[in-house]
Amino acid sequence: MSKIRKQSEYEKTFAYRFFRWLGGEKDIFVGNMEMQPQKEYVEEEATIEERMKDRQQAMAEVYDGSHNMELRFFKILYKIFSVVFCIAIMAVLILTVSYLPEVGDPNRPTSNIVTETYISDGLGDTGAVNIVTGMILSYRAFDTFGETNVLFIATCCVMIMLMVDEDKIKKNKDSNDRGFEPKNDVILQVIAKFLVPIVFLFGIYIILNGHLSPGGGFSGGAMIGAGMILYVAAFGFDKTEKFFNEHVYKVIKVTALLCYGCIVTYYFLTGANGLECLILLGEPGKILSGGITLPINIFVGSEVACTMYAFYALFRRGGL
Amino acid sequence: MEIFNVILLAFLVICAVSVSFSKNLLNSVLIFMSYSLIMSIIWMLLESPDLAITEAAVGAGVTSILFFVTLKKIHALQSEQQEEERFDEQN
Repeated sequence: MSKIRKQSEYEKTFAYRFFRWLGGEKDIFVGNMEMQPQKEYVEEEATIEERMKDRQQAMAEVYDGSHNMELRFFKILYKIFSVVFCIAIMAVLILTVSYLPEVGDPNRPTSNIVTETYISDGLGDTGAVNIVTGMILSYRAFDTFGETNVLFIATCCVMIMLMVDEDKIKKNKDSNDRGFEPKNDVILQVIAKFLVPIVFLFGIYIILNGHLSPGGGFSGGAMIGAGMILYVAAFGFDKTEKFFNEHVYKVIKVTALLCYGCIVTYYFLTGANGLECLILLGEPGKILSGGITLPINIFVGSEVACTMYAFYALFRRGGL
Repeated sequence: MEIFNVILLAFLVICAVSVSFSKNLLNSVLIFMSYSLIMSIIWMLLESPDLAITEAAVGAGVTSILFFVTLKKIHALQSEQQEEERFDEQN
């Protein structure tokens, strides 16, 4: 984060002590690597005038279509070629699609032993009745782990770009939308009061039932995030800060990611070495079944819900 | 059912084309929203309800809200009052 901390404030942090310990007494970053804010670029009046003159000259002499025959010819040529180019690309794409094997063809290359194994052994291996979730979260758990990391990194990038300094908020209140919100829209508030609990409940149901019915961590998490956005839009950030602030966000996000990584690593290590896995599969069809699918669903769900809400909050006011 | 499918697909094509032809950014986002909604119904008909749930929540919900917030931040959404003032100035 591009945030200048005071020396005394920095000395209290864990990072300062860690780097001191790592480098032996002295921290090389103190005093040498503080970031400076970029200076505002101010243009001189002479250069502005010069630029405007150049622009007028260019408009009058070069870009005047009625005198410049070359330009007019080029414009017509440009239009023709753009249309031809688009049609050519469309033709190539449609031609490629026509060569693909038909849907449901038993001899198509994708219907090989992998698909058959997933369908026949899926329930026995993963214990999840919903075969899609079972496949995503146990056979391909590391793929999904990568996707969850992508979400984590995406929020980090948005934070780097949009997070506003706390000192700056105190100085000028125009950049902070907190003062203007909520606008106390009665219709929105009444509807949100009815809808938000239902949306939350449905999202939690989808996450917890991910191994039994359609859905899973991502869908349920997106739903809970959307519900939180609706709540914020109706009642303002002051009310959500009581149960969801930056600290809670950090704890949930890092814990979910770490637990997910640990569970998947343990599951794959025991599976690959033929050891007995402590996470039992359970009886298919019951709520406490599905092996690692249920806990991973919960972690992915909380991660996605945090991501959705963080995007909205950062876009809206540059802070959580 | 066949007719219903064809109507939905036709709506999809109409939405996709009209996004690029609409001059107003707000209208573009609204059309994009309806595109996602139709897409989620089509996922439902293709028997993949989990994708339909995700499409409805992310495509029609969160993405368009983020678009709205961004448009508001860059002052691309004009309120009705401003537009009326502009209309009065022109006449």
